Amino acid sequence: MSVPEGERNRQEQEQGEEVFSVNVNAETKAENTAAQALNSTGQQCLQQQNEQPDEKKRLQEITCKWMKGRGPEEEIVISSRIRLARNVNGLPFPPLASDAQREKMLALVHSVLQKQSERFMEMRLIHMGGLSSVCRQVLVEKHLISPLQMKECHAGAVILRSDEVISIMVNEEDHLRIQCLLPGLQLERGWQEASRYDDYLEQSLDYAFHEELGYLTTCPTNVGTGLRASVMLYLSALALTGQLSHFLTAVNQVGLVVRGIYGEGSEMVGGLCQISNQITLGHSEEEIWQNLYNVIRQLINQEKKARQQLLNQQREKLADRAGRAYGILKHARLLDSKEAMQLISDVRLGVDLGLLRQVPLEILNELLTLISPGCLQYLKGRNLSPYELNLERAVRVNQCLP
Amino acid sequence: MIKVNDNCEEILQSSVFNLNSRVIVRKNERGPKEVLCQKCGSKKASVHLTKISDGIKLEMYICENCARENGELDFTMEDKFPLCQFFSSMMGLGAPESDSVLLPAANREAQCSTCGLTYSQFGQIGRFGCARCYVSFGKDILPLFRRLHGNQRHMGKIPARAGAQLKFKQKLEHLKLELQKKVVGEEFEEAAQLRDKIRGLEKELAAGGEKDVCT
Repeated sequence: MSVPEGERNRQEQEQGEEVFSVNVNAETKAENTAAQALNSTGQQCLQQQNEQPDEKKRLQEITCKWMKGRGPEEEIVISSRIRLARNVNGLPFPPLASDAQREKMLALVHSVLQKQSERFMEMRLIHMGGLSSVCRQVLVEKHLISPLQMKECHAGAVILRSDEVISIMVNEEDHLRIQCLLPGLQLERGWQEASRYDDYLEQSLDYAFHEELGYLTTCPTNVGTGLRASVMLYLSALALTGQLSHFLTAVNQVGLVVRGIYGEGSEMVGGLCQISNQITLGHSEEEIWQNLYNVIRQLINQEKKARQQLLNQQREKLADRAGRAYGILKHARLLDSKEAMQLISDVRLGVDLGLLRQVPLEILNELLTLISPGCLQYLKGRNLSPYELNLERAVRVNQCLP
Repeated sequence: MIKVNDNCEEILQSSVFNLNSRVIVRKNERGPKEVLCQKCGSKKASVHLTKISDGIKLEMYICENCARENGELDFTMEDKFPLCQFFSSMMGLGAPESDSVLLPAANREAQCSTCGLTYSQFGQIGRFGCARCYVSFGKDILPLFRRLHGNQRHMGKIPARAGAQLKFKQKLEHLKLELQKKVVGEEFEEAAQLRDKIRGLEKELAAGGEKDVCT
């Protein structure tokens, strides 16, 4: 996991703040002045709410709404994501832009939301400056913003659709990053949805586009389509049978990248990994996601084969492993995140192969977010030391499992 | 402030050379002879720490726990993956040993007319400053794209604003590629059809070339 638990040291507690109710959707926003929207802290745009949200509400807020939905191949594939990087002409890219220029970009986006209010009706704009670091971390853990967006927040914002399927980051590495996140293997739908919002934005914004090089991006690795398609999936049986590294090497050879679920540099635990395209220039968007899709299909087949093989040859051993994992998750008093991830993976495999009593996939997916430090601290309402985090994690997991 | 993330162990196992803090951390490879941590004195030292400050070199053998607690270790993600260093070497900047220098030295000081980013700065940070940089650095950056993507021509979506003419050109490009494939595959009949189609489109393009089709 790349979200460092040590990070909490720097997180100032901002009591009484209720960030997820920052429901500045296009309609209410229209009443706010642009100056308010531009307020770098974003505080003025927050709907003041002094009441602490109750436990249930907090739990709802940290669950990924898109995970409630179902998707193809959901036993193996957790989610599919499409991300488009876009920039506008006339303003320096965010890393080199001055504070005023970043604010100008945010104002531009704000005006687009107002102009096309009927299209962005279900969207709300959240200012990074108005969020405590714990809340920003929760958004990272829900994969709605990037770790970079969490760190550098001047005039940074995210536009979230109420179902959290669409999120548009403003002033991250690029001016705009349009993301579509769906459960299961749904790259095509993801691309269509993201592209639709791309079209909406383009109607009011002058995109930086080059005839030869396509969409111009801050980092040369994104130029062209600006598209990053990625799939998060469990290759637990391949990991257990020691075949994973063999397959992942092959995946690397066809121009795809494999990472842990928290992006670059994060670890792979329990066969849970994220696979995405690397090349963005010289292929059409369809070719890019189709290529990824085909590879994922093959990996799914291999994973299924490996699961069947395990089931045939080592049924009892596997059932034992899953049962023990369930027992630990259900009754442990201290759980670190890596151990929890491994155990969730083991339980999942057992459930999928019918070796363990039914734990809904939904709960297992939810657990993945629940065990992350930001979420635990948000739920607790204060910063936690690594030891307290392990305690809290165990309590939450115990409660969550049937 | 200590900032050691969960991947610390992984990092500690390999050699890390952290330029910013001028601390060199290496896995202790002193052979079979076990060394105890020089800080706590109880655990086995698995980290060889070399610290250089004000020209004074300080060497220590410490255990992983003490390494984590050492305030001067800062394992951020950026340190682990110096992407920009790859760019520099790909661009022929800052890689003296490489014989793949792509650029004449004179071009290193090319500067973007809009944001002021110089070419060598770009090499260092691996990020463009603005959309204009792509034009300012012109042909110099094309080899970089070829190396990164194996390509230097966009084949995907085109914003409606950029015009239908571009889409047209792209379609032509696709057809030409298709034609090449057919010729290689000796499917001459289909190839002839494609050739005629391409000729037709090219004529159309020449005729309506000036027409602005942005709608």
